[in-house]
Amino acid sequence: MIADQLPILQVVIPLLAAPLCLLARDGRLAWALSQAAALAALAVSVALLLTVQADGPISYAIGGWAAPYGIEYRIDLLAAYVLLLISFIGAVALPYAARSAAAEVDAPRLPFFYSAWLLCVAGLLGITATGDAFNLFVFLEISSLSTYILVGLGRDRRALTAAYQYLIMGTIGATFILIGVGLLYMMTGTLNMADLAERLPALTGTRTVRAALAFLCVGISLKLALFPLHLWLPNAYAYAPSVVSVLLAATATKVAAYVLLRFVFTVFGAEFVFGAMRFDTVLLPLALVAVFSASATAIFQDNVKRLFAYSSVAQIGYVVLGISLATPLGLTAAILHLFNHALMKGALFMALGCVAYRAGAVNLDAMAGLAKRMPWTFAAIVAGGLSLVGVPLTVGFISKWYLVQAALEDGMWWVAALVLAGSLLAVIYVWRVVEAGYLRAPAADTVVREAPLSLIAPTWILVAANVYFGVNTDLTAGLAGRAAALLMGGVP
Amino acid sequence: MELLGLFNYWIVVFLMMAGFYVVIARGNMVKKVIGLNLFQTSVFILYITLGKVSGGAAPIIREGVEVYSNPLPHVLILTAIVVGVATTALALALVVRIKEAYGTIEEDEIHRQDESL
Repeated sequence: MIADQLPILQVVIPLLAAPLCLLARDGRLAWALSQAAALAALAVSVALLLTVQADGPISYAIGGWAAPYGIEYRIDLLAAYVLLLISFIGAVALPYAARSAAAEVDAPRLPFFYSAWLLCVAGLLGITATGDAFNLFVFLEISSLSTYILVGLGRDRRALTAAYQYLIMGTIGATFILIGVGLLYMMTGTLNMADLAERLPALTGTRTVRAALAFLCVGISLKLALFPLHLWLPNAYAYAPSVVSVLLAATATKVAAYVLLRFVFTVFGAEFVFGAMRFDTVLLPLALVAVFSASATAIFQDNVKRLFAYSSVAQIGYVVLGISLATPLGLTAAILHLFNHALMKGALFMALGCVAYRAGAVNLDAMAGLAKRMPWTFAAIVAGGLSLVGVPLTVGFISKWYLVQAALEDGMWWVAALVLAGSLLAVIYVWRVVEAGYLRAPAADTVVREAPLSLIAPTWILVAANVYFGVNTDLTAGLAGRAAALLMGGVP
Repeated sequence: MELLGLFNYWIVVFLMMAGFYVVIARGNMVKKVIGLNLFQTSVFILYITLGKVSGGAAPIIREGVEVYSNPLPHVLILTAIVVGVATTALALALVVRIKEAYGTIEEDEIHRQDESL
């Protein structure tokens, strides 16, 4: 009975818990509610993944209205995989939020903080679960609006301008997506993705459908922070409260990448996008420029959160690179890197949150010599950094391995070489942080201690996941491979 | 005739570009929000226009009426209007807090204050 309702429960549990947090009017109570909702969502997403693996895609008609007239939720392997990623990060980050957010957000605002957090998670889960193009836009706006609030809650006043900037760019992106969906509706008379996929092949010659593809791709790229549409990201990540950076870096751009995959492969079909429209000739160079320009910019950052934010832009480049290859192996690499990058950036931003909690700032000078005082935190930064570079036995290595293989399979050895060169740039910026922490002398009067266990424990859960999924790749790589095969085969 | 028949779409494109230009070109944060509103409104008109069936009446069941306009885009755009209102409200709230924190809502001036830190 309940098992039939899982797709909707996945979204509704955090969505309903959000107003309850507001009613709680107390930070600790709101936190407890959010944590319960997050754990419930995690349980639902695990159940969904197991069901999808056993019985294939689930189709759920909301309110009993059958698709294509009603809104359909469609959970296939890729959706279940992304749902698991979002709810896992959501559940691991909340215990961390209890301490970190209490230190960085004013106490009266805490219920609002948790409420916005749950809305953001509900929006992200909804984007992933839905099989309706317009419903996707609505969830996109739910998650975006709550993200602007979360970013704006940062202590630094620059958080306000970062949130404003993000709001302007994000709204333009979402409106572009709305225009694209409208144009598709104009031509096909349907909003259901499976229905769209059925009707579009007959219409691919029309200019309206081509314009729709262009609008959708630009809109999603804005949300994805694909170079050169990434300008909102560094400041938003740098000035948001620490735990919000964790959530955003680990999930928000990943869901945008999922939306890109969904529209390109499920709705339009790879044959049209990459065969007729040659989108790979646009995406591939942009992805490579993203990797190099963002990594190079990261090297010169003084604020370490900003440094890793630029590194996120570079990592999105790797994801898009995998997508633009448009082969099963390339897609596997992209889907795998979605998950793996979430793990490494989650761990890194959590470790930075520990530094912010004790040292009050996260620029290189403030971090000088702190490794002796905060050994566990800095060990986590080193482990996350190694994963980012792509050292064997970490998830970063697995992603790069698949990506290089995919490039070589296509005979693009120069792309493979550039991927490896990009990793070298990562070595430089990670080294700058490590050097500041371990080799520089600390300020004489520093009284910084190791971060409390409630911050260190979630950080190390993610670090452990980095290593575990770097050694045991059956779950992630196996799932990503099958999800990629389903995407390439058209409508799963 | 062909050009005039697409009158609504011309309006849509004009409003869209005007709004987009204001968002990009203005440094005043309130003016940017107004531009963003124009930009969103153009999309509302786009949706409403594509729901029109030529010769169709308003989609309310009546005797003697055979052809109705498509009501679905109207419903969709009601949702989008709500989203637009929420976005505007949030943007203006942020502008108020920016004004409190910086004493100005001009982007160059804010940039200058941040640089001098």
